[in-house]
Amino acid sequence: MEISRHWRLAKQRYALVGEVCPNCEHKIFPPRDICPDCGEEAQDLYQFSGRGEVYSYTQVQQAPTGFEEYAPYTVALIKLEEGPMLTAQLTDMGKRPVSIGMPVEMVTRKLRSDGERGMLIYGYKFRPAIAS
Amino acid sequence: MTNHQHGSGDDVVIIGVGMTPVGEHWDTSIRELALQAIKMARGGLAALIPDAIYVANMLAPALSSQTQLGALISDFAGLRGVETLTIEAAGASGGSAIRQAFMALKSGLAKCVLVIGVEKVTDGVGTDVDSALATSTDADYEAIHGITPTSQAALLMRRYFYENDAPKDALAGFSITAHQNAITNPNAMFRQGMQPVQYLNAPMISAPLNMFDAAPLADGSAALLIARADAVPSGLSAPMVRIIASSLASTTLALHDRPDMLHMSALESSVQQALEMSDLRLEDLDLFELHDQYSILAALALEAAGFAPRGKGWELARNGEISQSGSIPISTFGGSKARGDTGGATGVYQVAEITRQLQGLAGENQVADARYGMAQCIGGVGSTAATHILARIEP
Repeated sequence: MEISRHWRLAKQRYALVGEVCPNCEHKIFPPRDICPDCGEEAQDLYQFSGRGEVYSYTQVQQAPTGFEEYAPYTVALIKLEEGPMLTAQLTDMGKRPVSIGMPVEMVTRKLRSDGERGMLIYGYKFRPAIAS
Repeated sequence: MTNHQHGSGDDVVIIGVGMTPVGEHWDTSIRELALQAIKMARGGLAALIPDAIYVANMLAPALSSQTQLGALISDFAGLRGVETLTIEAAGASGGSAIRQAFMALKSGLAKCVLVIGVEKVTDGVGTDVDSALATSTDADYEAIHGITPTSQAALLMRRYFYENDAPKDALAGFSITAHQNAITNPNAMFRQGMQPVQYLNAPMISAPLNMFDAAPLADGSAALLIARADAVPSGLSAPMVRIIASSLASTTLALHDRPDMLHMSALESSVQQALEMSDLRLEDLDLFELHDQYSILAALALEAAGFAPRGKGWELARNGEISQSGSIPISTFGGSKARGDTGGATGVYQVAEITRQLQGLAGENQVADARYGMAQCIGGVGSTAATHILARIEP
C-alpha cells in the first residue's frame, strides 16, 4: 500500500534531509519548498545533525492500525538544534524517565508494518543523546 | 454596540433545528441518522425546498466507505436534484458547512439552505477508528509516527502544565461542568454527572491526559434550516434566531510547524473576525459553545478568544465562571465531553444548541436572558477554526 508515497519520502525519513532558505538561511524541516519565515522559494537541500531536545511527550496507549505491536509507545515533539520542530517516537529509553529538555539524537528504526506480506516502513526515531 | 434588531432582507436566520440523541446507534445507518435530524429541522416546513444542502462529515470515507454524502442523504430525504455536497474540515466540518451556507445566502444565490452534520462512528471498531481520526493530522510527518489527535492534545497539555503554574487537576472543572449540564439534556450520551474524585482517579489514556480529559466519540446528527430573512415563510412554530457573524480561519496542519503552539492563532483570528463583523465585544456574549473534545482545548479556546489571559484559561473552570450561571457559560448542554463528540457534526450541534438558548427553549439548561451566543468548532488541534455569533430576535 502507498509504496510510491513512502519511497518518495526516503531522504527525509532515513537521513533527515530538509531545506535551507537561500534568502534568509532559515532551516526547514519537513521540507516545504516555500520558506515559512520570509516566503521566498527554498529548495536547497540541507542535512540536519539529528540532535535536538524533547519539547513535549506523551505515551500512546491506544494505537492506530499498524502500530499495535509497539503500544504503549512514547511520541514526542523534538526541537532540532537547527531550529525546526518535528514529531517522532522516542526509542531505546530503557528505564530512563523522559523529561522536557532532555537531549536526544536521531536513529533509524522501523516505524510501522502492514502485516506479514505488507511493507515495512523505516524512518527516524529519537533516543537519549549518547555523543556530547 | 450595533442594534441587531433592525433587520434587513439579506439577514441570515435559522428557521428550523433538529438534533438526534448522541450515542451508539447500532441499528441506524448514516442516511437514516441524517434523515431523523432533517425531519425535525424541516418539521412544518416541508413545502420549503432548500436551494442547497451542505453535509458536514469527517469520517464517512474511512469508516463507512462512503463519499458523496450530499447526493446520498438529499435523495434519501426526498430532496433529489438539489445542489448538494460534503464539507470537510475534520472537527471544524460543522461550522465550515454553516459558513458556506452563510455565504451562499448572503450572496443571494440561495434563499434557503439545509445544513446537516452527521457522523457514524460505530461502523468502525478498535484501531480503525483511531486510524480514521489520525487522518486529521499530517499523514506524511505526523500520523506515520503513530500519533493521534488524543496524543496531540496530550502533548499540548504537558507543555501547558510545564509552562504554567497550574495544579494537577487544573482542567477538571471543564469535565465536571460539562457532565453537570448534560444531566438535563435528553440528547446527551452521559447524563449521570461526575465528581471531582473521579477525575483524580481516572486512568491515563495518553499521560498527562486522562479519560475525563477526552470526549467520547459517538454517532449523531444535527440539522439546521437556514434562510434569508426576505424568504422566510410565515407561521413558524418557534422564534427565529439570526446569525450575525460567520468566520473561518486556519493555521498549519501539523502541530510541530507552529511557532507557538499554545497560542491557537486560528481560533483567535476567527473570534476577532466574528466580533468585528457583529460589532460586539466579548462582554456582550451570554454563552460560548467552544470545542471541548479535550479539556486542554477548552482552556486554550478561552484564552484564544480573550476570555482569559495566556495560561489562565483553566482558572475559569475552577471558579465557576463557565457554569450555567457564570460569566461565560460553555458546553451548556454538555458539550462534546458529555453530550458526546460527533466529529464533523459537532459544529452543527453547537449552533443548534445556541439556537435553543436564544429561543428560550433550553429548558433546565437555559442560560438566563441569553441574547448573544458564540459557537466555535475546530479541526484537529486547531488547524481550522469556524466561529459563529447568533443573536436573539426580540419579539
